[in-house]
Amino acid sequence: MSAAAELRERVAAFLAEHDPATTERLDLLRARYDAGLAWVHFPPGRGGLGLPRALQPVVEEAFAAVGAPDNAPHRNGIGLGMAAPTIVAFGTPEQQDRFLRPLWTGEETWCQLFSEPGAGSDLAALGTRAVLDGDTWVVDGQKVWTSGAHTARFAILVARTDPDVPKHRGLTYFLCDMTDPGVEVRPLRQLTGEAEFNEVFLTGVRIPDAHRLGEVGEGWRVATATLDHERVAIGAGSPARESGMVGRVAETWRAHPEARTPGLHDRLVRHWVDAEVARAAGLRLQQKLARGQLGPEGAAMKLVFARLAQQLSGLEVELLGDDGLRYSDWTLVRPDRVDFTGRDAGYRYLRAKGNSIEGGTSEILRNIVAERVLGLPGEPRVDKDVPWKEIPR
Amino acid sequence: MTTHAVPDLLDSEVVSDLRAAVRDLLADRCPVGAVTACYDGDRSLVAPLWRAVGVDLGLAGLLVDEDRGGHGASLREAAAVAEELAAAVAPVPFVTSAVVATTVLAHAGTPEADRLLADLAGGQVTASLVVPWTTAPEGRVPAVGARVAVRSVAGALEAHVLLVPTGAGDALELRAVPVGDGVTVEPVVSLDMTRQLADVTVDAAALAAAPVVATDARDALRAGLRAGTAVLAAEQVGLARRCLVDTVAYLQQRRQFGRVLGGFQALKHRLADVYVEVESMGAAAAFAVGTLADVDDDLEQALVTAVAAAACSDTAVRVAEEMVQLHAGLAMTWEHPAHLLLKRAKSDQLALGSPERHRAVVARLADLDPPGTRLG
Repeated sequence: MSAAAELRERVAAFLAEHDPATTERLDLLRARYDAGLAWVHFPPGRGGLGLPRALQPVVEEAFAAVGAPDNAPHRNGIGLGMAAPTIVAFGTPEQQDRFLRPLWTGEETWCQLFSEPGAGSDLAALGTRAVLDGDTWVVDGQKVWTSGAHTARFAILVARTDPDVPKHRGLTYFLCDMTDPGVEVRPLRQLTGEAEFNEVFLTGVRIPDAHRLGEVGEGWRVATATLDHERVAIGAGSPARESGMVGRVAETWRAHPEARTPGLHDRLVRHWVDAEVARAAGLRLQQKLARGQLGPEGAAMKLVFARLAQQLSGLEVELLGDDGLRYSDWTLVRPDRVDFTGRDAGYRYLRAKGNSIEGGTSEILRNIVAERVLGLPGEPRVDKDVPWKEIPR
Repeated sequence: MTTHAVPDLLDSEVVSDLRAAVRDLLADRCPVGAVTACYDGDRSLVAPLWRAVGVDLGLAGLLVDEDRGGHGASLREAAAVAEELAAAVAPVPFVTSAVVATTVLAHAGTPEADRLLADLAGGQVTASLVVPWTTAPEGRVPAVGARVAVRSVAGALEAHVLLVPTGAGDALELRAVPVGDGVTVEPVVSLDMTRQLADVTVDAAALAAAPVVATDARDALRAGLRAGTAVLAAEQVGLARRCLVDTVAYLQQRRQFGRVLGGFQALKHRLADVYVEVESMGAAAAFAVGTLADVDDDLEQALVTAVAAAACSDTAVRVAEEMVQLHAGLAMTWEHPAHLLLKRAKSDQLALGSPERHRAVVARLADLDPPGTRLG
């Protein structure tokens, strides 16, 4: 029997024991995790079966087919896409026991405390300090661009534990409890009017040493693994034709024959072709991932995605003419999920500006492609061997 | 819009092995000096190289069914071969004979066509479809009358048999005219001399004497030109990848201002953009080729082929132009191979339909109508 068929049988056996129609949602999700049917490429005992990642859709389809509730993955993108694989790769057995199951079921959502006002592209220069006090770390500093901080139960956090060594060597990775009294979350209003992100102020936050992920001073290596997952999470996807931004613009084109001009038509068709090419590239990346050939190609996909989203959303505003001059609502709202293709054309145009900044700017991604894929020389690093505390800032 | 199952976009082991075999042969038998010599009228490389590729490696019959002496391979294998051939700018009629003419004949459905396919499979006979090399798959094939005169035909110089479309509409038929009495194949000084074009004439007597290999040949012609277009997209990927690899290698060793040029961020970012474009076009070509191989849906095939052609045609030119600019003075010389790649890329951009033609097909099939009479 093929691995997929075996897996389908396993799901069927599970569903025979746990009828989604009569089982509480959370009980069902917990049981699914315990049966290794949460993320099949994770290890046994951690919600998985140690199977190839490519088999996960088999499980998702089987559960969706019977209308079983999912774990609301859009509400916990950071947890599922970034925290979980990092915890599996670097966490102790105790950490994996404690965090992975409620993370997957969505009982505990996660956010990411990486970027700081003074450390954006140069993340390794971050200054949030963690000082050991007995068996507890005391953390002080400020983080920014944190989506979901106001609802998250935990955070992945990188902090400086040794300022006397060069920047990459003095970092340590922690799992931070967002309910600690020293954690203050403030909305960060952005150019769209809404506040999808937060600033997070950490004042005397106490993190037990047992919630350190990886060795002291190993934080950069762990964080790099997390960020690779982020770029894959952002870059891959969009399986159906005309999904995403291109679909919105194509619909607008079809709905507004009066707005059509030869110049706009030429741009639209070029972008439509580009979007279809990007879709093919994303699908091929997924096929590579399924074969376990994870490389830095995710960075390349994200570059394409960002440029396309910006071109398409800009075109749509022009297409709409008079209506392109209107905007739905500047009120500060707190969206519970990021929707790049949501709301109106003006919102999409503005929000898309973030696509070439968040998760690695397009400039940094070009460096990554040039250096890690093409093997070209790295940028000069004047601060590479300087103790962090002596770097001018 | 219907969404089909995604075709496999990665190389199978068979395809990887095939690539390696073609690459090895070309490293041995296709020296750059002999390719460049084509531009000085010395085509002595062409026949022995085509014999090595078509007969010794057996690639002339790659797409011909096994029961007619071919390999019965899919378009994926043909695309991989075209990609490798393009990387060496090999002057062989693989695309014109082993893909376009072969696919036309395979869809012709006559005993005459089947006999000809068996001849093509062995590589002793080479064929060419007599249409201008700019003819697009979804367009109209230029009709000819009793006497044939077609300009700018690719693969005719190497061909023993010319596939000549005559008539129009549902009276469009295809005749197989042996190159001989009543036929002239006049070489043209071409922008790309590694796929040198010819002006073809066939007089009325030779045409009338030639066997009909297809009646109502529209579908067969479309299939042949579509397969050719998808494979040409793969060829463009091969060209672009070669340009990228060579340019990266050059900038890793060329020093100015006391530094390796590839360390300057302005150039790194340009090369990163080129890499992204080459990867994207590779996926687009693989998607078209895979769809033609796996998905039995005429409109879907037409759409993905047009997408790949529109994207790959322009990208290959852009990447070749970047190669020239980043090799600077070196690329302006006759000795350096950059010009071979640039000339092939620029010619390929027009071959089997311009990008604009392909985008018009995309617009029609994707329901993106152009402006009507009412302008906003």
